[in-house]
Amino acid sequence: MDIFIQQLINGLVVGSIYALIALGYTMVYGILQLINFAHGEIVMMGAMITISAVSILSGSGVNLPGPLLVVAGLLVSIPITMLLGFTIERVAYRPLRKAPRLAPLITAIGISIVLQQVAVLIWKNNPRSFPDLLPHASHDFMGAVITDLQILIVVLALVVMGGLLIMVEKTKLGRAMRAVSMNQSVASLMGVNINYVISMTFVIGSALGAVAGVMVGANYGLAYPTMGFMIGLKAFTAAVLGGIGNLAGAVAGGLLLGIIESVGAGYLGPITGGVLGSHYQDIFAFMVLILVLVFRPSGLLGERVAERA
Amino acid sequence: MLANIKQSKPAAYAGMAIFAVVLAVLPFVMGATLGNTWVRNLDLAMLYIMLALGLNIVVGYAGLLDLGYIAFYAVGAYVYALLNSPHLVPMLSGTGFEWLLHMPLLVVLPLAALLAGIFGVLLGSPTLKLRGDYLAIVTLGFGEIVRLFMNNLDRPINITNGPQGVNLIEPVSLFGHKFSQAITVFGIEFRSVHLYYYLFLALALLIIVVSIRLQSSRIGRAWVAIREDEIAAQAMGINTRNVKLLAFAMGASFGGVSGAMFASFQGFVSPESFILMESIVVLAMVVLGGMGHIPGVILGAVLLFLTPEVLRDVVNPLQDKLIGERLVNPENLRMLLFGIALIFVMLVRPEGLWPSKQRKAEFHEDDDLKAKDAEKEAAHG
Amino acid sequence: MANQANGEVLLEISGIHKRFGGLHALSDVALSINKGEIYGLIGPNGAGKTTLFNVLTGLYQPDEGKFTFKGIDLFRKKPNVVVESGIARTFQNIRLFHNMTALENVMVGRHVRTRANVLGAVFRDPKTRAEEAGIHERAQSLLDYVGIRKHGGEFAKNLSYGDQRRLEIARALATDPQLLALDEPAAGMNPKETDDLKKLMEKIRNDGVTILLIEHDVKLMMGLCDRIAVLDYGKKIAEGVPEEVKNNPRVIEAYLGASPD
Repeated sequence: MDIFIQQLINGLVVGSIYALIALGYTMVYGILQLINFAHGEIVMMGAMITISAVSILSGSGVNLPGPLLVVAGLLVSIPITMLLGFTIERVAYRPLRKAPRLAPLITAIGISIVLQQVAVLIWKNNPRSFPDLLPHASHDFMGAVITDLQILIVVLALVVMGGLLIMVEKTKLGRAMRAVSMNQSVASLMGVNINYVISMTFVIGSALGAVAGVMVGANYGLAYPTMGFMIGLKAFTAAVLGGIGNLAGAVAGGLLLGIIESVGAGYLGPITGGVLGSHYQDIFAFMVLILVLVFRPSGLLGERVAERA
Repeated sequence: MLANIKQSKPAAYAGMAIFAVVLAVLPFVMGATLGNTWVRNLDLAMLYIMLALGLNIVVGYAGLLDLGYIAFYAVGAYVYALLNSPHLVPMLSGTGFEWLLHMPLLVVLPLAALLAGIFGVLLGSPTLKLRGDYLAIVTLGFGEIVRLFMNNLDRPINITNGPQGVNLIEPVSLFGHKFSQAITVFGIEFRSVHLYYYLFLALALLIIVVSIRLQSSRIGRAWVAIREDEIAAQAMGINTRNVKLLAFAMGASFGGVSGAMFASFQGFVSPESFILMESIVVLAMVVLGGMGHIPGVILGAVLLFLTPEVLRDVVNPLQDKLIGERLVNPENLRMLLFGIALIFVMLVRPEGLWPSKQRKAEFHEDDDLKAKDAEKEAAHG
Repeated sequence: MANQANGEVLLEISGIHKRFGGLHALSDVALSINKGEIYGLIGPNGAGKTTLFNVLTGLYQPDEGKFTFKGIDLFRKKPNVVVESGIARTFQNIRLFHNMTALENVMVGRHVRTRANVLGAVFRDPKTRAEEAGIHERAQSLLDYVGIRKHGGEFAKNLSYGDQRRLEIARALATDPQLLALDEPAAGMNPKETDDLKKLMEKIRNDGVTILLIEHDVKLMMGLCDRIAVLDYGKKIAEGVPEEVKNNPRVIEAYLGASPD
C-alpha cells in the first residue's frame, strides 16, 4: 500500500471538511471582522443533533435506506443550527458591534462554553458512535484505499462549496454580502439592509457547519459534545492559512491544512526516528497557524493590506 | 492605592488592622464553622487569586487577550513537581546535576517565576504584531501545545511522565519545617492547610503589591497607553514590543509562582489540570471582577472559585432528594454558569462587578463619543 | 515675521519614495528644515502630506531615500528611535489615550526620557521615586504651558475639542522634542481658538523648538511659517518663503486646477 497516496487521500477528506467549516469563519470575519469562536460548537451541534434525530427516527420504526435517514437527520439539524447561528449573532454580537474589540470576543467564548455545556447536559460527556448508515465499500486507488464514504464527503463538500461561491457571486444576497464586507456604511447608504445580511451570513455559515459536523461524525465514526473546540480551531487555522475573509482562500487553506496534517503526522515518526509520533498530530495545526500569522498574516490568498497609521 | 491609605487618617490604619486580623483568623473561623474542607478551599482560592492577578496584568492592563494563560501555571507546577519528586531521580543520579533536586523554596519559587516568564516571552514574541482576536487564538494554541507536550513527553525520554502525571511531590519546607506536619505555637495547632494558607496569603499580598506598584509606574502607564491606542503609544516613543513582552513575562511569572505552589499543595500534577477550560475560568475571573482593577479581580477570583464548591454542596444533595439520582454534574453546571456570566457581564456590565473608574469610562465610551461628535459638529458648523 | 532660523539644518530628507501597492504616495521628496524655524507643509487633499508626516515620525517605513536628523541617520528607524532622537508629533484625528486623565497622557509622553525598570517600579528606590516625582512635576508644568492645567484630572475624552488639541501638543512636548510635528492642529477650531493656537506655536518656537506644520488654513500658514513646502501628487512642487510660494504658478495650478495656457 502506498503510504503517501493514502495519507494524501485521508488529508483531502479531512481537508474538505475543514474547508467547509473554514467558510463559516471566513464569511463572518469578512463581514464583521470578528472571530466567531462559537462556530466550532455549531459544527458539534450539527453532528450531535443529526445522530439523535437519526436514532429517534430509526427507533420509531421509520424504514428508510441508510443515506436517506442521514438526510432526514440533516433536515432536522440544519434548521436548528441555523436558528442557533441567528440567535447567537442577535444575542451576543449585535449589541456589541460598537463596543471595544475585547467585548464580542469574550461573549463569543461565553457562547461557545454555553453551547458545549448544554450539549454535555443533553448528551452526557460521552462519545456517541455515528450510525453505520452510509456506504463504505473500499476501492483500490493508485495503491491506496479509498472508501465510498470518503468519496461522498469530498464530492458533497465540493458541491456545497461550489453552491456557496455561486450564491455569493450571482445572487442579490451574495452581492449584498460582498458590499457589506467591503464597506458597511457605503453599503448601508446604497440601501443594503446590513442587519439582514449579517444575520443571513450567520445562518448560512451555520448550515454549512451542520453539514460539516455530520461529515466529521461519519468520517471518524463518532461525535461528542466537546469536539467543537479542536475542530473549530483547526478550521479557523485553515481560514487564516488561506487568507481570512477570502472564500476561495478558506477552501484552499482547508484542503492544504488537511493534507499537511495527514502527511505530516504519517511521516513524523519515521523522520524523527520515533521520537515524535503521530500523537503530535494536533500540534501541526497550531504550528501552521503560528507560522502563517508570523510570516504571512494575510494568508496565502489574502491581499496584503497596506499599513495604516 | 496603598499610598493613599498610608497618607490618610488613623481610621484607615484601624481599618487595615481589622482587615489583617480577619485574614489572620479566617482559616480557623472557617474550619470551626464550615469544616476543614473549607480551609483547603480557602488555600485553593488564594492560588486562583494569584493566577487571576497575573492574567490581569496581560488582559487588564495591557489589553492583550491571552487564552493560553494556564500554560504558565503548568510550567510553574511542573518545575516544582519535577525538582521535588522522585520522578527525575533516576535520570539525574550520577550526572552531577543532583543539586537541582530539593532546592530550598526561596530558590525554587523564583526559578518557577523565571522559567514561566521566559515562556511568556516565547509565547509573546510571535504574537506582537497581531490584532487582538488573532492574539487570542494564537495564545490559545500555545496553551494547548504546552499541554500536549506535557502529555507526550514521557517518551522517548520520560520527562513529564505523560498523562499519568508526576506523583509524590514533596510539600513546601520553610525554615526547616515541613508543611505536611502540624506545628504548635502558643498552644494553637497550625495544621498543614493553615500553614499553606499563610504562605499563599503572603505570596498573594506580594503579588498585589507588585501589581499596584507596576500599575502606577511608567511601565504601567505604558501598558495602559498601548491598550488605549497602540499607534499613539508608538508615536510617544514607547517601544511597544518590549513593553508588551514585559506584560507577558510579568503575568506569566505570577502564573508560574502559583503553579509551583499548586504542585506542592496537591502533591500531584498531571496535564489534566491545565486544559483550555482552566484558562477560560481564570479569564472569567478577571472579566467578571473588573479588568485592570485589583480589588475587582480578587472578588472575581473568589466568587468564581466558590461557585463550584457551593454548587457541589447544593446541587448533589438537592438532586438526591428531589429525583433520587444525579442527572446533572455540578462541574457541568459550573461551566455553564461561567459561560452565561461571560456573556451577561459583557452585555450588561462590561466593566465588571467592581471596576476601576477608568475601565468604567472606557466601556461607556459610546455615550461619551456621541456627545463629543455633537460637539465637533458644532465646532465645524 | 522675522526669520529666526539661523540656517543650521536640523532635519534633512532626500529622494524619499513611499509606495502603497500601485499607489506612489511619495515620489522623490526632498526637504530640509532649519533649526528654530516654523516650516509649513501644504498641498491639496491626498497630496501625501500625512504620509510624509508618518515617514518623518517613523510610523511608515519609506521605500528609498535618505533621512537624517541632527546628522543621525533615521532612515527606516522605528518610531521609538525617532522620538528618542527628538521628533515628536500630534495626529490629524486626535489620538489621545481617552480613558487616561489629561495629566496621565502627558506623563506617558515622559516615558521615552525616563528609565525606571520593573525592579525600580517594584522597590521604589529613591532614584525611581525622584524620577516619578520629576515626571509628575514636568507633566503639570506642561499642562500649564499649554493652558489646560485646571483640566489635569479629567479624562482626556471629556476635554473640549480645542483642549484636546492642546493636550496632544503638551503630550508631544513631554518627549523633549527638538522638532515638533503638528498635523492640522487648527482643524475644527473657531477663529479665537486658532488665534490662541498660533500664539502657542510661536511661544513653543521661541522656546527653542523647531516646528513642522501641516495646515489647511492658508491665512494662518502665511502669517506663521518661515518657509513653506507644497506637495502635490506625492511630489514637492514648490518651497520657499510664504510670499514666493503664494505667487508660484505651479502652486496656483495645483490648488485651482490646470491654468489656461
